[in-house]
Amino acid sequence: MRRTATRTAAAASTLTMALVLSGCLGQEQESDAGRNADAKDVTLTITSNSDAGGKNEINARWIEEWVIPEFTKQQKDKGVNVTIEHDGIGVDDADYKAKVALDFGTDIGGDIVEIDGIWLGEFAQGGQIRPLTDVVGDEVDSWDGWDQIPDAVEALGAFEDQRYGIPLGTDGRVIFFNKKLFAKAGLPADWQPTSWEDITEAAVALKKLPGVVPLQLNAGTAMTEATTMQAVLPLLAGTGSEVWADGKWQGGTDDMTAVLDLYQRIYQGGLGDPVLQQEAKGRDKSFEMFSQNKIGILFEGDYLWRGVLSADGVAPMADRDTAVGWAKIPARTPGSGVDGQDFVSMSGGSIRVINPKTEFPQQAWELLEFMNSAEATKVRLGDTAQITQRDDVNAEVLTGDPMLSFVAEEILPITRFRPGLADYPKVSAALQQATADVVAGRSAAEASAAYQAAMVKAVGEDAVSGG
Amino acid sequence: MVDAPPARRTGRARDTAGIGVARAVTFVSPALVLIGLFLVFPALWTIYIGITDYTLTGTASVAPKIVGLGNFVEALDDALFGNALWLTLVFVLGSAVIGQNFLGFALAWLLRGARPALRRVVESLVLMSWILPSVVVAYLWIALLDRDGGTLGALIGSPGTAWLVEYPMASLVVFNTWRGTAFSMLLYSSALAAVPPSQLETARSVGASGWQTVRDVVFPHIRGHVLTNTLLISLWTANDFGPFLLTAGGPNHASETLPVFIYQQAVPSGRLGYAAAVSVLLLLVNLVVSAVYLLLLRKRS
Repeated sequence: MRRTATRTAAAASTLTMALVLSGCLGQEQESDAGRNADAKDVTLTITSNSDAGGKNEINARWIEEWVIPEFTKQQKDKGVNVTIEHDGIGVDDADYKAKVALDFGTDIGGDIVEIDGIWLGEFAQGGQIRPLTDVVGDEVDSWDGWDQIPDAVEALGAFEDQRYGIPLGTDGRVIFFNKKLFAKAGLPADWQPTSWEDITEAAVALKKLPGVVPLQLNAGTAMTEATTMQAVLPLLAGTGSEVWADGKWQGGTDDMTAVLDLYQRIYQGGLGDPVLQQEAKGRDKSFEMFSQNKIGILFEGDYLWRGVLSADGVAPMADRDTAVGWAKIPARTPGSGVDGQDFVSMSGGSIRVINPKTEFPQQAWELLEFMNSAEATKVRLGDTAQITQRDDVNAEVLTGDPMLSFVAEEILPITRFRPGLADYPKVSAALQQATADVVAGRSAAEASAAYQAAMVKAVGEDAVSGG
Repeated sequence: MVDAPPARRTGRARDTAGIGVARAVTFVSPALVLIGLFLVFPALWTIYIGITDYTLTGTASVAPKIVGLGNFVEALDDALFGNALWLTLVFVLGSAVIGQNFLGFALAWLLRGARPALRRVVESLVLMSWILPSVVVAYLWIALLDRDGGTLGALIGSPGTAWLVEYPMASLVVFNTWRGTAFSMLLYSSALAAVPPSQLETARSVGASGWQTVRDVVFPHIRGHVLTNTLLISLWTANDFGPFLLTAGGPNHASETLPVFIYQQAVPSGRLGYAAAVSVLLLLVNLVVSAVYLLLLRKRS
């Protein structure tokens, strides 16, 4: 009898537990934007993917050595005691995203969080971040800084026509090449390919140099978003297609097969190093090899120039200014790009959002405004250059840097942005897998068919074109 | 689990400790509460998440829906899950059941008669690989197997082989054998001490070979140890996340064992519901493996 009673009790408690649990998954809280507005002791945390002494060092040092002391001082004059911490790590974007996503699920996340603009859609749809006017209030829209931010850049921080965050700036994809290796292979220093054919021809010429990987076009799942952003999407744009058009995602179309066919020519034709694409730290290694004159041509964003090869970058190249050349990414053939363009590119950028769970929404906004002032933005750059969010700052800082003024003048007018939709990460994962298949030895046609099937499974047949 | 064998159901036989049922319950209840809190509760929680479409971000993170057995059906139909299950099997068989077991026994057997000094040195070296933190070990192995200037490439004179990319599973099996052999070695060392020396003497005097001695004299004595050891290391290996630090499941899923697959689905892909369902399947596989071993152990006695 006793045993039966125990069992009944156990079953009952299990059931109760299950019922309690079922109420917990994914609840969203509402809160008051004016909470703690008059607090005298304020604690704020800034979360970023940067680390003093590691990745994005400039950003980390700026936060720790300028933003924190200056803002603390400014607030002290107003009689408010502010303590700001920098929760900075320097890791792969995918790992950082996982950290941020987990942080948002708890109450310990930062108050101001730096995220890649392309993650905005899924975080916004999940309620992990909310429109600035909800979190802070309507005064957000009257910030004078918005006038300085171009619409295309501001769109990085917006979802469904609502502002969620302030962008840090933008970037562009180009083809970087090593002029020293080009000279040895008999190629011009002012190289500008006008078709994919031109690129593979140059790679064939570079192949003669011993110990040199002619061409690296990011591929595979280990490279995560870098595969999609630096390579697949610009190539796809060069065929005249966009990954998201007329309410449908690009399926295994002829254009997609053409992109995968270029991968096949490069990686199965000995023009690129397939092993590098599959290593767990392949992208970091490609940076290192480029800086050591071991890679001829590399598709990358301007981050390579300002954050990797620069003196304080992760793989400094002493003779960067003379040895590194850059060119626009050509369409498959002249005029075959999106909107009939001859050259194409892709852009993105990080944004800073305010965590809706912050204890101090008003103070967090004040800090965010402070971090995005013209002065703060200029200090962030120091003597380096970057395409920032602010036109007034860009006008001053870009003139001194030939590469970044090239991006601002030549690339931004022809570039495209990724669709900030919640399904995008699934599509990106499918694109990475398709290139991984080709690098691993499958044919472009097979990989394209597998991609079509994966897309139908990921987003539904109605949302996929072609096949 | 804690029930007495059904044959003895009288009150006295159940109260073997002689302290009364009420007191016995009082004594075990702290342990049961801990087990409930940290084992039963998370397991039920996992099963619950496993029947939803809960995600880390996006709409399903706000309002997850119950999808019943949908995740389980999808897993059984997912080529990547099949791949992960197969690789886990290869990993467990290769590195635990065969690798650690045999190497551990061989070391214990050979060191039995060795000089104490030599024995201590070898044992400490083997133990080192077991007690070092995973992250440190992973770093050392990447340095060993790396394509550019890796130690192994330099030693065997074939630089340029990216072991972790070209032979990912073989590398992981060797790595995990190296990593976990210490436990088997220690367990077999003490098990061998329990083999009566007189029987070994007898075997030697009738001219039995080394293998015959192991098979006919030693093995019957340590059969229980072999089963226990194999059970423990199989379960540890099946659940081991170490491979992630070396290959992250790559290249192209070629070394994605179940724990890595679950992590990839749960965190980078954000599919918490699906990952929870696969976790439950891994739990089931573990339970089946344990049941088989326990059955074998029971047969022995």
